[in-house]
Formats: sequence, structure tokens, C-alpha cells
Amino acid sequence: MPIDVLMPALSPTMTEGKLAKWLKQEGDEVTAGDVLAEIETDKATMEVEAVDEGVLGKILVPEGTDAVPVNQVIAVLLEDGEDASAISAKPQAKPQAKQPEAPQPEAKPTEPATGAVAPPPKEASPEAEPEWTGATVKQTVREALRDAMAEEMRNDERVFLMGEEVAEYQGAYKVSQGLLDEFGARRVVDTPITEHGFAGLGVGAAMYGLRPIVEFMTFNFAMQAIDHIINSAAKTHYMSGGQISSPIVFRGPNGAAARVAAQHSQCYASWYAHVPGLKVVAPYSAADAKGLLKSAIRDDGPVIFLENEILYGQSFEVPDSKDWVVPIGKARIARPGKDVTITAFSIMVGKALEAAEKLAAEGIDAEVIDLRSLRPLDTETIIASVKKTNRLVTCEEGWGYAGIGSEVAAVVMEQAFDWLDAPVKRVCGVDVPMPYAANLEALALPQSDSIVAGAKEVCYRG
Amino acid sequence: MADSKTTGTRPGGKRKAAAAPVKASVEDLQQYYRDMLLIRRFEEKAGQMYGMGLIGGFCHLYIGQEAVVVGVQAAMGPKDTVLTSYRDHAHMLACGMDPKGVMAELTGRAGGYSKGKGGSMHMFSHEKRFYGGHGIVGAQVPLGTGLAFAHRYLKEEAVSVTYLGDGALNQGQVYESFNMAALWSLPAVYVIENNKYGMGTSIERSSAKSTELYHRGQAYGIPGVQVDGMDVLAVREAAEKALAHARAGKGPYIIEMLTYRYRGHSMSDPAKYRSKEEVQKVRQERDPIERLRGIMVERGVMDEAKLKEIDKDVKAIVSEAADFAQASPEPDGAELYTDVYVSA
Repeated sequence: MPIDVLMPALSPTMTEGKLAKWLKQEGDEVTAGDVLAEIETDKATMEVEAVDEGVLGKILVPEGTDAVPVNQVIAVLLEDGEDASAISAKPQAKPQAKQPEAPQPEAKPTEPATGAVAPPPKEASPEAEPEWTGATVKQTVREALRDAMAEEMRNDERVFLMGEEVAEYQGAYKVSQGLLDEFGARRVVDTPITEHGFAGLGVGAAMYGLRPIVEFMTFNFAMQAIDHIINSAAKTHYMSGGQISSPIVFRGPNGAAARVAAQHSQCYASWYAHVPGLKVVAPYSAADAKGLLKSAIRDDGPVIFLENEILYGQSFEVPDSKDWVVPIGKARIARPGKDVTITAFSIMVGKALEAAEKLAAEGIDAEVIDLRSLRPLDTETIIASVKKTNRLVTCEEGWGYAGIGSEVAAVVMEQAFDWLDAPVKRVCGVDVPMPYAANLEALALPQSDSIVAGAKEVCYRG
Repeated sequence: MADSKTTGTRPGGKRKAAAAPVKASVEDLQQYYRDMLLIRRFEEKAGQMYGMGLIGGFCHLYIGQEAVVVGVQAAMGPKDTVLTSYRDHAHMLACGMDPKGVMAELTGRAGGYSKGKGGSMHMFSHEKRFYGGHGIVGAQVPLGTGLAFAHRYLKEEAVSVTYLGDGALNQGQVYESFNMAALWSLPAVYVIENNKYGMGTSIERSSAKSTELYHRGQAYGIPGVQVDGMDVLAVREAAEKALAHARAGKGPYIIEMLTYRYRGHSMSDPAKYRSKEEVQKVRQERDPIERLRGIMVERGVMDEAKLKEIDKDVKAIVSEAADFAQASPEPDGAELYTDVYVSA
């Protein structure tokens, strides 16, 4: 059968070109890889190589022809034993084209005419953890985190911890204290100061089936590693059609500490929450720190676990059980109320609870929601609360521009617009890099009074 | 072009080629011929299909470099793992992945390895020990080092082979990986596919000490060799030494393969940064498939009839793959939303 040689597209956007020059003549032998012709586009001149073999039987588009459309037949190759008469006998070849999309809407009447596919119904947020009625132990957040890791490492050989100073130094913030003694250097690994490299190494190990916990000394340093967090860990399950997963936890302190200034104080909650493929959690209490870290380690995908340096030393009652697990994707009502909803996460939960006490003294009964999960966000709990109180203040330490509060406000506007009696108020960090001076730092961060002021604003109270 | 000699394994060393020819049976030679030809024809077909609009976006072809992946694969053990950059079709074929599944992923169809959701640069197979396919230059190096870490952690008799280009070799994360691999004696072999160009920039313009890329691990004590990447037997021999070194617990190893790509960086690259004469010269004097034919003649084991049979077989396989890739339907619209998270 004679073979059609088609005008190729030499770039993703090319639709036609000039057939500048033939480098083979009719009658010439052609083998795979031989250059047949030169094509000119406005960008460059490129060569067309033969893929098939044979004799160049007929040139259909002469040299110098402009505006030859892509996929037009420009020549015909004759195979072994054929001669030119075979060409006229051949039926007109149609250029191969991409499979047309048009038939789809007819075949599926439930789809809108544009061919768009509606997203599947949003999954219900998970069941909350059961109310704990058993024994509790008073623990700091750092101890609770250490216990979570130790319990999961005892349970599952594949879990290991790596990061700077996690082993012999006992943890830069002493979160991993004692782990090296119990588990040894194979499972508690001190890394060089090379976040980009060790984050990628962790993801590679996770793709193979290990379950790494990668500690960043702070999430500020994770910016060095962010390509692996996003492009290697978050997206690969999707890109591989579900074949490859990265069961990895990236954890460490996030947000402001004390007086460590601009390069060491950023909150990354909204950067990571932005990305489909990641889960992002930010616990406040020690019980939640423990329960959520266990869930994160057990999760089969990448989880960003945002801690807070100032909270490490704070004590809370923690269920005395190695089976205590808090589900990812579920918020918690830290304080029920009826007049205004205050959402917060991490250290801001403490400030919101303080604010609620101050508001109570002024006759405003605030409902404080500890978000706990930023992606997935427990929109059900937030919407139910706003439908009850009709007023919302969102709190975060980080900058307000495209922050978590912006997402919460948008969701509430979409799903509970008619229930709002006032615009949503965002209480956030001031839109400046973190200053060093103590007074300026205090001014840059939201305090409980900022939350009180915000609540009064949405309540239209002076 | 630097003198390409097979070198010794003295750390950072460079010796003259050994006199003894590399051992290979007739069957081996014919297998290597088949493996290289399959890659060659597959890539030519992919290029053609791209020109027809059936493949879109990025498509980076391996034509000219076939001896590198075929030679290394011939030296690998059953549990060894492989990963590479975006110029990955050849590595997948060499690992034994199905050409139909690869081609259908290139055309973005449901029958593709990634259900059409990844494309040219994002295919994987646990079964065939192939871990991608990565689009960010250099990213595969820490990932491959992580695979080596996992082999060590699990006490497996496995080596992780990471391929990277001369362009990727300048990435900082590569040196972070070299440091950890050497520090922890990880079973990692790094194969530098030096085709002299990082996209449009020659190594002379981008890389200090560009004639000695195999020395790039010296700072970490990693032995390195430079090999004629157009000679599949030289490649295999060097890979055997490197893999044995890593498998014995002696840590990482670097092999710099001197090779050449005949096509541009990708399908959208007019490759004006090098002369047609340069490309032609390599094609005529150093083509890896022709080189292997020459070896078969030299050794008195040339069997033209057998090779013609292989040519036909390969043509049929590639044809079948192209047909499958066009007949396979596009993924169902609902697949837009699947695989974002691991389902319970």
C-alpha cells in the first residue's frame, strides 16, 4: 500500500507552514530517519524525517508552496515492489485528526451542553472522634507529638523520622526527645542542612512504600523543598492515574515564634491549603496534636502538619490511650455559643477563647470553632454554626491576602449568604513582613483584643 | 567532542579502554539490537504522531541515545529500580513496560499507563520497577536517592539507578543528593546522559569543567567514570561495575555516558544551536544501532536474516502501539475528579 506523507505540525500551535525545499526527489530511496524536506514556519525552519521506508513515488506539493495546512498529504511513498500506478489506485487518504469531542454531550444527556462534567457531590466531613471519658494525662504539646510518633513507629516498621537535629540533639525543639534511644539511627535520621534534597529523598522513599515523617525545623525552611512537596508528593497520585502514592508527613513549627523577625515567622497555611492533593492540618490542643499526628502518619497521602513553637510548652489533658486518633477533615466546637461564630486554628484558638471570655463579660456569647483541618476544610460545621449565629469572624496569624479567612468567607458567602446579618470579618496578621522590635511585633500579630473588636464589629456593637 | 574512552573505576580516574572485548553471546547482541531498535522506531513514530496533532504538549525524544538505557538495563538485577527525567519513553520500554500503554498515554487516552492523566513525562510502574517520568529538571535525583534509601532501610538486594542529563547535573539538589548518598553509603548509581546540550545551551556554556562531568561527585568521594555512550557493550560493562559497587554496600557511583540526541530538546525545538553537519556526523559515524551491527560483523556473528526478522517484529509492535493509542478512547469526564487523594 502506498504511504501518505503528511505535513507535520512542528510546534504545538502550528496550523500551516511553507514547504521550503525537498531534499529527496521522486524516485529516490527513503529509509527511516532520512530528511525528506524542510518546512518553514514564522518561528524557524525545521526538517521532516521519514518514518517509513520506500521509494518517494510522487511529490504532491511543490517546493516553495506557502500556507500548506498541517496534515495535508505532501508526498506519497511507494513500498517494495509498487510503482507509480499504485498511487492513483489508492483512495484519498483523510488526515488523521484528534478524536472529536462532539458526540459526548449527546451520549450523556445529564451533562450541560458545554460538555462540562459536574464535580461529584462533596464528601460529608468525617465522624468526629468520640467524646473521651477515660483517663487523661496532663501533657505538653511537644510530649503529645513525641508520643504520637513513638506509638506509630512501634506499630509500623515502615514509619521513620528524618530532619535536622531530630536524633542526637533530641530535636531542635525537643519534640523527638528519646526517639533515637528507643528506635535507633536507622529510624531516626539526622539530615544535613539540605531541605530540598532530604524532602525529595523522603518523597522517593514514600513512593517506594516507606512512611517517612520529615521534620522541617520551621516551615520557613520548607520553601527550599516546596517543589518536592507540591510537584513530587501532592500531584503524583493524580498524574499517575492512581498508581503511585506518597504516604509522607511534613511537620514542623509554622507562623510566628518570638522576635525571630521576617524570614523566620511566616505562616504557610494558605500556601499549602491551596493545593489539591495535599491534606493540611493545624492542631491547637495537645490532644488534637497527638490524635491528628497519628492520623496524618496513617494517611496514605502527603499531609502537611503545621505546629506552633509557642504552643509546644503548653499543657493540656490528653487521653491516656495509644488508640487516640482524631480524624482529618473535622473541626471542633471549642466553645459553643449563639451570638457570633469565631473560627480559628493553631495558636489563634487560644486567643479566640480568651476573646470569648472577654466578650461574655460584655454580653456577647461567642461560638469558637477550632478548625483543626485546613484542607479538607470542615465547611459543614462552619455553615451550621453561621446559620445559628448569623455572624462570623475568621482568625489567623498569617497575612489576610488570599488567606484561610478569605476561603472561609467565600464558602460562607456561597452557602449561607441569606443567614449572614453582617459581612464576614477577617482578623489576621498585619500586611507587613514581621518586624523585630518587640512593640512592632506585638502590633503585627492579632491579639485577643483584635478578635474582641472584630466580634463587636459584626455584632454592630460599639 | 571529547575523546570517548571507557575508563577505569579508580575514583575520579580516566584510563585507556581495556583491550579485551566485552563478553556477549549472539543472543545478547541480537536482544540489544532489538531493544535499541524498538526505542528508535517507537520514538520516530511518536514524533510523527506529534506532527499529526495526536500527541500534544511536551514530547522529548531519545533518538540517538538508545545504547545508554539498553546497556544499563542489560546489567540490572531483578529488584533494581529506575527513574529518570521527562525524556523517559526509552527507559519505560527498556524496563519492559507495554509500548501500547506508553503510546496511549502519549495520546492522552484511557488505555494509557496513567489513564491519560499524566502524559509523556508522568508514567510509572511498580511492577516493572520504574518510578517515573519527572517533569522538573533534577527532581528525579533526590527521589532516586530516596529509592536507594528505601532499599537500604528494607535491607533489600536492590540498587536504585537514577538517570539525569548534563543540564540537570548543575541543579543544587543533585549535590545535596550526592552528599547524602555518600554519607550514608546508599546503593545509588547515577547515570549522567551527557548529550552535550541542556535544552539549547551547550555544556561548554553552562557547566564548569564540562569535559569531566564524571568528576562531579569527587567532593563527596563518589567514584566516577566516563563511557562511550554510543557503544552498548561499553555501557553495559561500566554499568555492571557500578551496580556491583553499589550492591556490595560501597555506596554511590557515577557513570557519565557520552551520547547524543539527533532531534531537538523536545518537539517544539528547532535546534538552531547546533549545525546540521554536527548532527549528520554523529549519525554517520557513531550511531549506536549501526555500531552494534558493526560489532556483530566484527565478531563474525552477523545474521542479516535474523535482523530483518527483528526489524519486522519491531515495526509490527510499534504499529500495534500506534493503532491502540488512536483507538483507545479519551478518559471519561468523571476521571477529572479521581485520584486527587488515595481512596480508602
